[in-house]
Order: sequence, then C-alpha cells, then structure tokens
Amino acid sequence: MSNRARDESALRTFLGNVWRAPRRLYEAAFRSGAPVTDRTRSDFVFSNIFLHLHAVRTHRWSLRWTTTMGLGIGATAAFLIALVTGVLLMFYYKPYPDVAYDSIKDIHFVVPTGRFMRNIHRWSANLMVVLVLLHMVRTFYTAAYRSPREFNWLVGMSLLVITLGLSFTGYLLPWDQLAYWAITIGANIAQSPRELTDALGLTAMFDVGGLQRQLLLGSDTVGEEALIRFYLLHVMILPLALAVLLAVHFWRIRKDGGLTRPVDADERLGPRAPNIYPVFTEIPQKTYHLAALVRGRTAAVGRGPENTVPSMPHLFYAELGVLMATTLACLALAIAIDAPLKELANPSVPENPAKAPWYFLGLQELVSYSAFMGGVGLPALAVIGLGLIPFLDREQRGTGTWFGGPGGRWLVLGSAAFGLLLPLGIEAIAIRCGWIREWFPNTPQLVITALNPGTLLALGYAVYSLWLVKRFNSTRAGALGLFTCAMCGFVVLTIIGTYFRGPNWGFYWSPTDWPTH
Amino acid sequence: MSQTAATPTSRLDPEPVARRDFLGLASLASMLGAMALAAVGMLRLPKAAVLPSASKKFAVQLPDSLPAGEPYVPPGRQVVLIRDADGVYAISLVCTHLGCIVKSVPDGFECPCHGSRFTGDGAVSKGPAPTPLPWLQVTASGGKLIVDEEVTVPPGTRVQV
Repeated sequence: MSNRARDESALRTFLGNVWRAPRRLYEAAFRSGAPVTDRTRSDFVFSNIFLHLHAVRTHRWSLRWTTTMGLGIGATAAFLIALVTGVLLMFYYKPYPDVAYDSIKDIHFVVPTGRFMRNIHRWSANLMVVLVLLHMVRTFYTAAYRSPREFNWLVGMSLLVITLGLSFTGYLLPWDQLAYWAITIGANIAQSPRELTDALGLTAMFDVGGLQRQLLLGSDTVGEEALIRFYLLHVMILPLALAVLLAVHFWRIRKDGGLTRPVDADERLGPRAPNIYPVFTEIPQKTYHLAALVRGRTAAVGRGPENTVPSMPHLFYAELGVLMATTLACLALAIAIDAPLKELANPSVPENPAKAPWYFLGLQELVSYSAFMGGVGLPALAVIGLGLIPFLDREQRGTGTWFGGPGGRWLVLGSAAFGLLLPLGIEAIAIRCGWIREWFPNTPQLVITALNPGTLLALGYAVYSLWLVKRFNSTRAGALGLFTCAMCGFVVLTIIGTYFRGPNWGFYWSPTDWPTH
Repeated sequence: MSQTAATPTSRLDPEPVARRDFLGLASLASMLGAMALAAVGMLRLPKAAVLPSASKKFAVQLPDSLPAGEPYVPPGRQVVLIRDADGVYAISLVCTHLGCIVKSVPDGFECPCHGSRFTGDGAVSKGPAPTPLPWLQVTASGGKLIVDEEVTVPPGTRVQV
C-alpha cells in the first residue's frame, strides 16, 4: 500500500470517528442499552454505581404502598433539596454577627430567587424532620428493626439525631431575635447538667454542663464564635456525617436482605401478574450460595427469587414519584408561607415568649419544669430506650406487619388513649395548681429535678408498659405501648408548647388573650 | 515458639498468631495509639483557652437623681444596681434557669422565657430556676462603683457610698 493511500485511509477513519463520536460518547455513558428486557434492566442497575445500591430485582412486598409509604425516600429527597438550596444560599450568606442578618435580608429582598430558595430550604428542612420521625414510626410499627436489622436501626437513630442537629444549627444563622434566644436557651440546656452537679455540690470539680456549653459556643455568650461554630456544623460537619451514615443506612438495607416482609408475604400477595416473567424457567435444584465465605441464610432450594420484579422501572419510578411529591410539597409550602425573619438579635432583651423550633417545643415545655430533666435527662433516656428496642424485643411474631405482635392495633389504640390522657392530666394539674415550689417554697432543687411533670410522665409510661409486658407475656407488647405513649406525649407537649404558651411561658387558650406590652 | 502449634485443617479455622503477625499486630496497635493521641490533640483545639467575651468588670456611676430602692441597669450590661438606706448592691439579671434576661418588676424579677419569679433579693419564688440570682461584688473607687460579674458575694452584702 502506498503512503498516500494509507494517509487517506487514516484521515477517513479519523473523520469517521469524529462522525461517530457523539454516539460512542453516549454508548460509553449508557453501556447497557435501553432497559427494555429483563437482562438490560439488570445491567442498567448493576453497572451504575448509584443505582447498584439497589438490588436488580425487588420483592413485590417492598413495592406495596403500605410497606414504607415512601417515608425514607421522602426524607432523603428532602435532604437533597435542602442540600441544593443550602449551597445556593451560601453564595450570599456571611457568618458574622449583624452582617449575617443583613445578608439574610439581602437574600430575602434583593437576590434573584433568593427568598424562594430560602423558603424552600426552610420548608425542606422542616419536612425532613417530619419525614425522618414518621419513617422511624413506620419502622417501629412494622417491627422492621428486628434481627438482622438491629445495627441499621442504630444507624437510623444517629441519622435522626443528626437531622435534628442540622435543623437546630441552621436556626441560629439568620441572627435575628428568634435565632438568638432559641440558641441561648439551647446552649443553656447543654449546660443544664449543672442543675444536678450544683445540687450535689460537684460543679467545682466536675462541670460537664459548663464544658458542653463552652464547646458549643466557643465563649460564654452567644457571639461571633458561636455563629462560626454553628455555621461550620451546619454546612460541613453535620451534612458530611449525614451523607456517610446515609450511605451505610442504604447499604445495610441490601445486606440485610432488602426490606422486612412477613414470612407469609408470598401467600398474602397472591399469584404474580401475568406480565412478570419468572426468573427461572425451570425450578433450580441447587443453591449458588458461597456458604463457606459468606455469612447469612442460604437461598431457598427448589424455588427461584420469585415474586420479584425488575427494580428498573418498578422501584426506580416509585422512588422518582416520591422525590417529585416531596419537591412539590416543598415548592407549594415555599410559595405559600415565607420563612420568618424577626428584628436583629438583641442580647439585652429576650423575645417574649422565646420559642425554640417547633420540634423542640415539647422539650421546652418539660424544660419549663426542670432544665436538666427536660433538656438532657429525659431526651437521653428516650434515645437510649429507642436504641435498645431491637436488643430487648427478640420475638418473631408480626415482623413486617403493621402493628404486628401481641395485642396488635387494639393495644396501640388503647396505648394512644393512655398516652394522650396522661400528659394532658399532668399538665392540667401543673398549669392550674402550680408545682411543688409553689406549694412548698423551700423544697430543695434535687426534689424538683426528680419529681416534675416530665419525670412523672415517663414513670407513668414505664409502669404502663411493664404492665403490658406482664399482661401479654411479650416484650413486643410493652414496646408497642411505650413507643405509642412516647409519641403521643411528644405530640401533646409539642402542641401545648406551640399553641398554648404565651408571654412568660404562661398558659393561654389563644394568642388573642396575650397581654399587650 | 512451639513448633507443635496446631496447624489449621480448614480455611475456616482460626490460625495461631505467628511471630511476624505478632510484630504486625504490635505496629498496628502503635498506629492506633498514635491516632488516638492525635484525636486528643484535635479534640483539645475547640476548647478555647481565652474566652473572647468583653471584660466582666466595669465601672459605673449611679445617677444622683436615682431614688432609693429604684433599680438601675447600666446600658448594655446584664446587671442591676440598687441603692437603699444601707448602701449599694448589684444582682445579676441572667436567669439561672436557661440564661434569659430577667426583668425588674415591682416585687422582684420576672423571667420572660419560662416564667421564673425572683424576690427583690434574688431568691426563687416560683418557676423552674434552680438557684437564686447571684449577688455580684461591688467596690467603691474614687466616686465610681466597680462591678465584677465574675465574683459573687453572699446576698445582703452592700457597699457604702
């Protein structure tokens, strides 16, 4: 071949490559082809680093609306929305006292789409708190925390705490009166173990409360150090921690065999739809499980992974639907209701009433009786109690079924009634008649720390659930009762704190009754 | 080392620790120790050695027209000064419950955050505050009063002016 002919051919090839480059780029990015057969649908999932968090096939039980109600995916979607809008807000936000307030004002009134993005950020954060809580409620009531999912339940608890931390740290950033006094109260709650150490005379030697407050604020008042610390936690440390734990949380779902389902899920689902192909055309006679190298149950002999459908499109479209719904909810709320911005923070004049974010108002209600018990003691007890659930309830009955376990939904209903009435009764007494200090002014502080509406409520719930354990001879029955009661108590106290507390934390039926000042 | 250490018969049996493995484990342990020490150093950083807040000691001159028993709050300070027949005293206005600023009312002090009430000498009369409002040290110096917010004195301590 002559040199000339070879040149021509190389040039021709080059031009051909240029011509075909877009198509090849597309094929390099989407290697598996259109997901239209079971095989390419599988390829679509396991050749993609993000999608392969999911299995190639999903059990039909997992796709039922009532199995998860999409709450976990919804919470994740809210987090992603908050992440995107949060990064946008960082373009203009300046974490320095007073300047911070001005920059939020700029975002709100001057920056193009700034107010909308801030509203979305605020609503997605609120929605995330709600969805994370509801996701925990769902997981509890379907007993999805049971073996082998104990560890993932603990990861979920950490995610709940980080979610609350993210919301709380974001609360200070606008540097308005609302932010300043909520954080002052929050930081003093961190210091409230002093209530105990003071009463025991230990503060001089062992001041864990003071240390916590100082680490949080970087100073002894809420000032520029506190703002920088909260900003750092809010935009860096907590989101990173959340993202890492979220990855673990998702990965554990797969490793633990997908979502929990009842043992008789296949029977309850009935025969598969005619358009779903069986995985094995002949029943396999052996398993391919590497029993020597991989821990866990061996695959069922004589039965393929039936009653599963390809994750693409069934699962992914469901998840995209939840993502869309969450986005829609955030947008609608952001259009309807503006994020609040009060006047510039004033360290000499507290807001009256000074209220924390709504999800902490239940705690603030308890704090108004004892700072240590309401702010540290009982929340710590609640977190420890929640974390222990999967290790104390080792029963099998009712796994994967709503309100599964002895007693079932009637027990939950009864517990809800008790769980609502007890805090209402205790609060009615405390609001109408005052508490121990009004009756006996010289009562030592230790007595009040130990005996206040919060501790009595916890005690009442604990006794009730122990009685349930005895009556039904089942730990799960006690857990169902205690969890239901705790959730009801949380709701009652949050509503009282939000709607019925006015100036000086006094009780008012309606804000129109508040004294004018 | 003994030569008769049991040889594992299956991949699933744990193997005995050989000398090289022991040295490896020892270096691993030293690495973990170094990392733990580094963590202590890093955790030490956020606890400030010097607090950046403004000085807690300040001078103040009471207005001559101030009536006896009338509370006087120096601008920007969270302290109230009161002059009566026996002298001058200072009480902190930071609520001992959760750090809100209490307000002077005719019969004492009132906290807007959680409804704690204090009598005129700072004792708790109602609400969740665990301890009384502290009395602060006041010293007279050349016609002015020096208040030190970091030094508490027993209730009832007054300075003559």
